[in-house]
Amino acid sequence: MEFKDYYKVMGVERDAAQDEIKRAYRKLARKYHPDVSKESDAEQRFKEVGEAYAVLKDPEKRAAYDQLGADWKKGQDFQPPPNWDQGFEFHGGDATGRGAEEFSDFFETLFGRGDFRGGFTRADHRSSAARGEDTFAKIVVDLEDSYRGATRGVTLKHTEIGDDGRPTLRERTLNVKIPKGVRPGQHIRLAKQGSVGVGGGASGDLLLEIAFRQHPKFLVEGKDVYLNLRVAPWEAELGASVKMSTPTGDVDLTIPRHSKTGQKLRLKGRGLPGKEPGDFYAVLQIALPRAETDDEKAAYREFASSFDFDPRRDKEG
Amino acid sequence: MTEDNRNNVLQCEIIETRREMSLSDLCEVCTVTSERIVQLVDEGLVDPVGREPAEWRFSGRSVTRVVVAERLSRDLRLNAAGAALVLDLLDEVTQLRQRLLRLEETDES
Repeated sequence: MEFKDYYKVMGVERDAAQDEIKRAYRKLARKYHPDVSKESDAEQRFKEVGEAYAVLKDPEKRAAYDQLGADWKKGQDFQPPPNWDQGFEFHGGDATGRGAEEFSDFFETLFGRGDFRGGFTRADHRSSAARGEDTFAKIVVDLEDSYRGATRGVTLKHTEIGDDGRPTLRERTLNVKIPKGVRPGQHIRLAKQGSVGVGGGASGDLLLEIAFRQHPKFLVEGKDVYLNLRVAPWEAELGASVKMSTPTGDVDLTIPRHSKTGQKLRLKGRGLPGKEPGDFYAVLQIALPRAETDDEKAAYREFASSFDFDPRRDKEG
Repeated sequence: MTEDNRNNVLQCEIIETRREMSLSDLCEVCTVTSERIVQLVDEGLVDPVGREPAEWRFSGRSVTRVVVAERLSRDLRLNAAGAALVLDLLDEVTQLRQRLLRLEETDES
């Protein structure tokens, strides 16, 4: 079992005042709250901080933890000394605080398992035949899945309290139909795939938040899809018909005369599908050919002499 | 332990585009009381169509707004007004991030 340095997790000194610990906790909870944070390990960090605070905010637990000594390092293999908690009285019940996730083995060895509620799930206070909690997870799908609809195997890990009262990690694979037109940040609901109900209550639902894997070509903004389309200067200025790839296949796109970099050409209704489908935009990027050979350099010089053009004249005024 | 349901394809619905819900539907899906929903409506955190609570119709998007608001209230001790502000700002941040990603892509090409 790994030793956990709760002071380090909270970023406070071992002699920090209770107020200081509270302030550190509030700050870290805001920083790592999984609904707000963009850190990739936010959920893990949020749990660690919650566990550290559950110990350090409680003077009894903190004193007991402190007497383990300051010599332990994070990650070090830890066995509690015999009778280590002798003389400490813990008041159970709400000891773990609201919203506590299952804590680490380290925590449970020291302080036992409290009355844990699911942490990152909704609370359900109804007693007797209660509907199971809804559970949440995130899944990553491809842009093409939204265009065509798809069936994806989704592997979910969840903790269950086994018959021996110990939490065990279980894995299950669900085959999920990804609905056509789903957008990043939306949620799909799988009826009755959440936590099992209590006393004959119905199971909760499983809610999956959709994220898109970054696509090498296309970018998604809401329900619209963008492609940065590179065009030659003569295509932009004289107009042209070019082949362009879209998530539904190649199309011939007409570049109008006098097009500029950054100009958006819209294919209406070719964004993410749906009752109100998004649009597809080609954003023009004028690419300049490199002049390497003498002929190519001569072509640029001829180009220059044909125009009375000063690119700074209009811009800088 | 692995439980394999590979053979059944689970059907699902997109919450955000789901048909409109009544007050009691929303309470049921979000596991919150109707008093709490009334409070969130008063703060404009969710915005139903209809005058009386009995006539209220909520969009599917309300589900995730209520659920996230409940988590924020519990974990960060925000009141309904604070949670509403956070939700609005999060929407804006998401939009801006997507746009930034697209524009940064343009710079590189």
